[in-house]
Amino acid sequence: MKRQLAWLLVLLAAAALPLLLSSYHVDLATRILIFAVLAMSIDVLAGFVGRTSLCHGAIFGVATYVVIWASAKAGWAALPAMAAGVLAATLVAALFGVLAVRTRGVYFLLLTVALGMVVWGVCLRWTTVTGGENGLRGQDMRPALLVARENFYWLVLAVAALCSWGMWRFVNSPFGLSLRGIRDSESRMRALGYNVPLHLFVGFAVSGFFAGVAGAMYAFFNEYVSPTSVAMAQSVAGLLMAIVGGVGTLFGSFIGAAAIILLENTVSWYTDRWQSVLGLVFIFTMIFAPEGILGGLRRLAASKGRTR
Amino acid sequence: MQPALALQDVVVAFGALRAVGGVSLTVPKGQRRAIIGPNGAGKTTLFHAISGVVQPTSGKVIFEDADITALPPHRRARRGMGRTFQITNLFPTLTVRQNLFLALRGVSPGKFNLFGHARPTAEEQQRSAAALSLARLEGREDIAVANLSYGEQRQVELALAIANQPRLLLLDEPAAGLSPSERAMVAEVIRALPREITVILIEHDMDLVLGLVDHVTCLHEGMVLVEAPPEGIRGNAAVQEVYLGRPRH
Repeated sequence: MKRQLAWLLVLLAAAALPLLLSSYHVDLATRILIFAVLAMSIDVLAGFVGRTSLCHGAIFGVATYVVIWASAKAGWAALPAMAAGVLAATLVAALFGVLAVRTRGVYFLLLTVALGMVVWGVCLRWTTVTGGENGLRGQDMRPALLVARENFYWLVLAVAALCSWGMWRFVNSPFGLSLRGIRDSESRMRALGYNVPLHLFVGFAVSGFFAGVAGAMYAFFNEYVSPTSVAMAQSVAGLLMAIVGGVGTLFGSFIGAAAIILLENTVSWYTDRWQSVLGLVFIFTMIFAPEGILGGLRRLAASKGRTR
Repeated sequence: MQPALALQDVVVAFGALRAVGGVSLTVPKGQRRAIIGPNGAGKTTLFHAISGVVQPTSGKVIFEDADITALPPHRRARRGMGRTFQITNLFPTLTVRQNLFLALRGVSPGKFNLFGHARPTAEEQQRSAAALSLARLEGREDIAVANLSYGEQRQVELALAIANQPRLLLLDEPAAGLSPSERAMVAEVIRALPREITVILIEHDMDLVLGLVDHVTCLHEGMVLVEAPPEGIRGNAAVQEVYLGRPRH
């Protein structure tokens, strides 16, 4: 009960933000929410299945591409375009899942890198559909009600809250527990009657679905997509947000996304070498705060509780 | 009566090495069978062939009249086969209760509940409590397995294997690495198992084994050397020879 109240307060505070912020900062907050959902979808795999993916940026980008293509080229309305984007991302994730579930550790990581590269290559070269290097530009994609950035922010907030709740339920469900069992011991899971590759496949597809929702929201937010959106840097950024927030904490992704995006925003005022700064952040996180911000806070709280 | 398990001329070869070189054996329902033998005799490989971790190079594995030679481990588990591991193989980050929950859901469709709560049903709760009491783990339910003592982790091994009330239970050195008092306790737990469960046990400790089982198969270099009741094993010259070496006079 207390917990629900706390979440309600957090949600209300987040909903009140547009009343206090400039329009520029409302856009920034919208971006943070969208990328938090992407980071969370990566954390579902990295934190709860022990599989670190470097192709979620590509899955995210597939949704962005499909939504903008459906809207700008095929003239679909917002809702069906969004549905098509999420569906396409889920299908791509399912296909990747089939290929990746029999691997683990560094092989899983490398395979997801390769799969992400395939998507990037397709987006770059299939010029007639994707616009190649120029990318795709949408126009007036949002329905009239959502043109105002505050209204769009509130929609994104609602979707992000729903996705967070969904992923939280997912990792704490009996199925989610089976994924954690697989993370701890695959051979024991098999001996107990679990079809391990099937569970990994479903986990991958569900995670891809949420990355797709984030990508579809990004399409309406940015109204432009280019191969950069499906490049590896996108996957790395998403993973880094999950790591900075705290792998295995799920909601840490919001903190991680906020930290990275605000930092990017600040650093970009002074230098073009944002990617170098990102690399340094990654190194320092791994050395000094491997559990991430929320993970570290939780550990502190736990040790305080013990000494008391 | 049909046997619980029958092996027909099972061979497991890794390249030129025949770890199991043609083993046939029949375990009647409800029997307590020990598989003994010196290191490298092929005991664990034979276990892997029974539980499906390795595919036999040739031969058949028959479980309750069904040929399961080609089935993967998880399908064998769903047919009623439970096992423990020689090297403790649990879910260390999860609590004892969650470990048991995974064991119980493994053979039920409830494991595909994607967004529900991970709460055991009344029946699962009862089974979990029964397994915990049999393995003497009451009161330890909410502790993460990584924080249990080694002895208690061995008890969780047993609890996971028996939670689903398997009809065939494979125990791979259940007392490995335990102190004498802990070994006695494990023996008590095994003795307390319901009689209708067929148990096949690998163990090095002869004293532990011979007091526990009805029948013993001694393996040597991948072949069945002797098959006899415990009293026939104690004084058997061939068994003494493979364990201690040929007497030189």
